[in-house]
Amino acid sequence: MENNLKKVDIIFEIDEKQSPLAILEKTVKRPADEIILDLIDSGLKGRGGAGFPTGLKWKFTRNEDNEVKYVICNADEGEPGTFKDREIIDRVPEKIFAGMAICGFVIGAKEGYIYLRGEYNFLLKNLQKKLDEFNAGMKKAGIEFTIYIKSGSGAYVCGEESALFESMEGKRGEPRNKPPYPTVAGYNSKPTVINNVETLVYTTMICHMGPERFKALGTKDSRGSKVFSVSGDTPISGIYELELGMPLNEFVDGFGDGDTKAVQVGGASGHCVPRKKFNDTIIGFEGIPTGGSMMIFNSTRSMYNVLHDYLEFFTEESCGQCTPCRVGCQQLLKGIEAVKRGERPPAYLDDLKKLTATMKIAAKCGLGQSVGNPFNSIIDNFREEIIY
Amino acid sequence: MSKYLVNLKINNMPIAVEEGTTILEAAKKLNFRIPTLCNHPDLTVAGNCRVCVVEVKGARLLAAACATPVSEGMEVLTNSEKVRIARKHIVELLLAEHNADCTKCFKNGHCELQDLSGEYRIGDHVFLDLVKPASKIQDISSPSIVKDDSKCIRCQRCVRTCTELQGVSALGVVNKGDHQRISTFLNKPLHEVVCTNCGQCINRCPTGALTERNYIEEVWNALYNPAKFVVVQTAPATRIALGEDLGIQVGERVTGKMVSALKKLGFNKVLDTDFTADLTIMEEGTELLTRLKKALVDKDEKVVLPMMTSCSPGWIKFQEHMYPELLDNLSTCKSPQQMFGAIAKTYYADKINIKAQDMIVVSIMPCVAKKFECERPEMRDSGYQDVDYVLTTRELAMMIKQAGIDFDKLEDDHYDSILGESTGAAVIFGATGGVMEAALRTAYEIVTGREVPFTNLNIKPVRGMEGIKEASIKIKSVKPEWSFLEGVELNVAIAHGLANARKLMEKVKSGEASYHFIEIMGCPGGCLGGGGQPIPTSPEIRKKRAEAIYSEDTEMVLRKSHENPEVAEIYREFLGEPLGHKSHDLLHTHYKARKRY
Repeated sequence: MENNLKKVDIIFEIDEKQSPLAILEKTVKRPADEIILDLIDSGLKGRGGAGFPTGLKWKFTRNEDNEVKYVICNADEGEPGTFKDREIIDRVPEKIFAGMAICGFVIGAKEGYIYLRGEYNFLLKNLQKKLDEFNAGMKKAGIEFTIYIKSGSGAYVCGEESALFESMEGKRGEPRNKPPYPTVAGYNSKPTVINNVETLVYTTMICHMGPERFKALGTKDSRGSKVFSVSGDTPISGIYELELGMPLNEFVDGFGDGDTKAVQVGGASGHCVPRKKFNDTIIGFEGIPTGGSMMIFNSTRSMYNVLHDYLEFFTEESCGQCTPCRVGCQQLLKGIEAVKRGERPPAYLDDLKKLTATMKIAAKCGLGQSVGNPFNSIIDNFREEIIY
Repeated sequence: MSKYLVNLKINNMPIAVEEGTTILEAAKKLNFRIPTLCNHPDLTVAGNCRVCVVEVKGARLLAAACATPVSEGMEVLTNSEKVRIARKHIVELLLAEHNADCTKCFKNGHCELQDLSGEYRIGDHVFLDLVKPASKIQDISSPSIVKDDSKCIRCQRCVRTCTELQGVSALGVVNKGDHQRISTFLNKPLHEVVCTNCGQCINRCPTGALTERNYIEEVWNALYNPAKFVVVQTAPATRIALGEDLGIQVGERVTGKMVSALKKLGFNKVLDTDFTADLTIMEEGTELLTRLKKALVDKDEKVVLPMMTSCSPGWIKFQEHMYPELLDNLSTCKSPQQMFGAIAKTYYADKINIKAQDMIVVSIMPCVAKKFECERPEMRDSGYQDVDYVLTTRELAMMIKQAGIDFDKLEDDHYDSILGESTGAAVIFGATGGVMEAALRTAYEIVTGREVPFTNLNIKPVRGMEGIKEASIKIKSVKPEWSFLEGVELNVAIAHGLANARKLMEKVKSGEASYHFIEIMGCPGGCLGGGGQPIPTSPEIRKKRAEAIYSEDTEMVLRKSHENPEVAEIYREFLGEPLGHKSHDLLHTHYKARKRY
């Protein structure tokens, strides 16, 4: 790849001299508070998309006074356009296990669970085999921590952490009211750390290599690197670990097909950036954050169809529990159809934009709150494609 | 341990409330009403309709006031521009999914969504109509409950009611997104699933999605038909709640006005289920003593204890589905409604010289399960359907309004005789613990010849709104013929609401508790909180209704079922003795095991 993009190799790096189990064994000899300080120092933020500082999340949970706590790995990778966790699970599962066990050591948990996306059941056999070995290894090393796998059933909303807990508890996967947050009452209403697959691997690697190497990457607000799932109109789709904080134009230079019209950053629930804004858009927490999905569209694509697909997805995947999301998504979908058919005036799009403002602040969880992201960014930048 | 006080401001007014208080509750203390739909005082917090959203200064999101606890220094705005826009949007969205044919709706004028829509003056509907044509096909399979999905706003109050209060889970949420709806196991019709017909879901549905199957027109037709002799019976709990639907405050007894209104509606005779409640006590009390004798003296292993009451048809169907192995524990006594029907079309019809086939028996009940009960094939011992139509307290209120009767101004009137006389023991059937208390008043006196040893006959340990109550009464100085009961400690238990019934049944099954007699009422609070009672319901409302019931009892001249002169007369003239041959034919029944799915 001939461009300015800084490729990084942390996540998939294989250190022949030190296995993830060895990293774990080394790490649990250190004081837990020191590990937390390292994580905070590294600047690592959650890689699932929401970007909560990982060290703080662990610290809050550690501070909870409770006999039973849990570590959960959110492997319900369901955001359209995201497929990096699948690769991580397949290639370096031990690094995930080690991260979970380190977390367990830090917060005082004895059990960890991997919530595996229903559609990833084909990974289960191999993952379980590796996990059995790792659990045995931990037992042998005297580390009192066991990891289990729970399979999801294919609902997008179960990637939302509290819906994930409900699903794990055998209930309908519907998001809970917050507060309380997971650090106080998560799985089985016990203090719980729930981290994304990639985040857990980074924690292992930061414990391995120290916070400095991680911190040296990225920008002030977006430390480190990130695994991106690149798809769409690109000759080189796939998984790439890149430094955070890159300008979008550099990304497009590296991955586009020369005719890039827009990039959907952060999956269906993310933002659509048109060509004219590539230069001003930073990929990171200071600009547009992403769980890793980068979908590239060239000039042959109809942005109406793109938006329509997203809205169909959300209409179907809303859990249906809260009004703004359940009905709001349907209104947005049917609304653009009505405008397209001329049954509603173009100005109706502005009514719908106002509706997304309500969804953003009144929906119960991140699903309904973020549907306005693709909607508004596509309507604002490609209004004529929606109407005509 | 006392809780911390949390200081906050709501609409710039300072207030200190206990930690754990929700914004909704705190606002109420300051007299700010925040609209709600999915919230209900009897149920856990859902926070899913989002109508109660408020602005918390500094927060990115609006907070659902019902689900958000207050925190120190919080500044809440309940009517800011953001809140108002969002709330209006949410009501508009609910209306877009709602079949708003309000003028045709049974709940017209009694709908929380309609009220909210009116409050916000939702004029033109901004958004697209999303009502699915298929959702307009009502489920009318149940003789008790009508389910109309096109009216449903997915607040899940019914689901929580069915699960949390009743432990039945006949209703649940199925599918997701635009296909999410409230349904039954495998989408089967209500009459094919474990639904007990208790109707508690109806009492908590904010719209017209769940209503009673109404028989108002059928009853009018009967009243207008000169060939029919229409008698009406009124259940104990109707007289303390009917007023609520007719502009009278909660907890006011309207017995005399109700009788007066029924006469004005044109019923040929206005009679009282309380009469058969007294009769039930005679039969059921005797049945209990007989069972005790067989079990304790004869050591008859076929006789099972504890004996359980059988007045509540929701409870009966629950037991038939959930604990068919305990059906022999149920008293064989029919409910007072069905005893009345069987007596009315035999003994009473003969007495007043009316042919049974020309008689229509209408019941006014606090209950929708009674509509199912009267259609049970077992309930035709007169040779006809013993009770023809069951109206809820709410339906009666509608008829009174339709007839243009100014209820508040009515003079009190008296029940007709016979089958109109009753005692205080009968009226307390309407409250949880009432059947137990009535039975004890009579059984204790039969056995000992003395009144129950409680001040003014008020057996306080069996009263109150605790989910499960237990009591023991030591039987001393018995009459010679009851010597086997000398010194026996009679253990009783009472549960109301089927979730509590389930807990009690588990205790019985595990042998953890050994009771002699158990009273179960299907609905929270007993019949006074029945599925056919005026809406709304809440713990406070039920408490006031219970107070009314017990004050009605206190004011009665006769307070023990065996002192009811008409009951004595019917035994003398017709039935012979309790559990006698005639009683067996007319007043007792059997049950059938039903599948769970």
